[in-house]
Amino acid sequence: MAMLEIRDLQVYYGMIHAIKGISFDVREGEVIALIGANGAGKTTILHSVTGLIPVKSGQILFEGNDITKVPAHKIVSMGMAHVPEGRRVFSQLTVYENLKMGAYTRKDKNEIRESLEMVYKRFPRLEERKNQIAGTLSGGEQQMLAMGRALMSKPRILLMDEPSMGLSPIFVAEIFDIIQSVAAGGTTVLLVEQNAKKALEIADRAYVMETGTIALSGEAAELLDNDMIKKAYLGE
Amino acid sequence: MGTMSFLSYLINGISLGSVYAIIALGYTMVYGIAKMLNFAHGDVIMIGSYVVLTAMTSYGMNPLLAVGIAVIFCTLLGILIEKLAYKPLRNAGSPLAVLITAIGVSYLLQNIALLIFGANMKSFQSVIGTKQIPLLGGDLLVSMTTIVTILSCVIIMLVLTAFIKRTKAGQAMLAVSEDQGAARLMGINVNGTISLTFAIGSGLAAIAGVLLCSAYPSLTPYTGAMPGIKAFVAAVFGGIGSIPGAFIGGILLGVIEILSKAYISTQLSDAIVFAVLIVVLLVKPTGILGKNIQEKV
Repeated sequence: MAMLEIRDLQVYYGMIHAIKGISFDVREGEVIALIGANGAGKTTILHSVTGLIPVKSGQILFEGNDITKVPAHKIVSMGMAHVPEGRRVFSQLTVYENLKMGAYTRKDKNEIRESLEMVYKRFPRLEERKNQIAGTLSGGEQQMLAMGRALMSKPRILLMDEPSMGLSPIFVAEIFDIIQSVAAGGTTVLLVEQNAKKALEIADRAYVMETGTIALSGEAAELLDNDMIKKAYLGE
Repeated sequence: MGTMSFLSYLINGISLGSVYAIIALGYTMVYGIAKMLNFAHGDVIMIGSYVVLTAMTSYGMNPLLAVGIAVIFCTLLGILIEKLAYKPLRNAGSPLAVLITAIGVSYLLQNIALLIFGANMKSFQSVIGTKQIPLLGGDLLVSMTTIVTILSCVIIMLVLTAFIKRTKAGQAMLAVSEDQGAARLMGINVNGTISLTFAIGSGLAAIAGVLLCSAYPSLTPYTGAMPGIKAFVAAVFGGIGSIPGAFIGGILLGVIEILSKAYISTQLSDAIVFAVLIVVLLVKPTGILGKNIQEKV
């Protein structure tokens, strides 16, 4: 059974038909990449999955439960965390306060402390800067904070929206290494990326989106070799 | 005697400013969290005062119980106003829709009060008593009301700051004030947090109303309007959205108002208050403690 299953999803942004009947699934333990050009609807899909925007029709199932109409604030405690596009850390709070916010729905103080230690181990830079105001971090550090904050909810699936956007190549490499190690730790990952090459390199499978529909899907390794993909998205 | 009368004016100013500060907290918290100006906030003060007056005169309750009932009444009123009038418009696309509705709610509350209590001024008996306390060897007489008002404001500030810093609900308020979408992704119930903010602000408005009417014991359906506007000025003055800003703005406004009344002109005091606001905003548009909002890439 798929961990996350999207069935015939239709989403409108005002008058714009943003998602035109998309179906796909994410199995437990996989890294799935959603790639495609700007405006293809990748972010819209993540927003509908976590309830930030309403769905017109179709179904979203998470671990067998219908979450299509579940409000956004109830999603995270079900085991799904969303690292939004543009990081969206709480820029006036400290790094530590941001991380604590990630564990907002959790009660057990000891478990929260364990998660904090784990996040600090994964991102030593965040521990060094734990008392720094998040707004003063560099873009790459903010991305790490956004990821760390999401991991503080101990998710079974992590949705990541454009983690490499606006980052220097060194940070991009580092962020992708971390995504890989998070996945290796057993967390399922749904990754939305414009950097198709990087995304396909670490993904198991991928869906290629074009203006609200899925144009192509398959094993990531095969897509990397696909001529059409090479031309359209890899710039070769 | 010049020093003594100055001190006495100053203390009265701080006391009036404390009332403005308590009202301004409601404005500034609602603005910070729901991103709207609740122009009906001043009228909640008036409703709270009528509740206290009715509880004391018609039901013979003791002052403390009456204040408690007013706080609960206004808290519920605040939640109700938000649910019925503002929440349906939250995603209306234009912030003007909510602003105009708030002005409508303000008139609605005034006219409901007019209907129930009439237009005649009601004299409000101080819930604190009229005792004068001699200070500095008896040269300076300060009323009990003044002292209680200033103390209330300080206690409210401390409790509120601790609440926001130390409780989960307080942290949720900070998160919502910065980014509602991200707050929802953390599992924070944004609607609940906004409701809580209105509840706290309106409960504080009831306390402000009681303090105000204890110092200036006349109550009409329009009693809340002017202090409401001035508290709004105080909030902007201190930096809207900032809690310490509301405190500083409120106190400064009260002191400026009373000193202008004492030394310049009673008639011009309001004009001077607003003139100072204009000057402050010209020099520092975000207010005294206001943060410059930076857009990040």
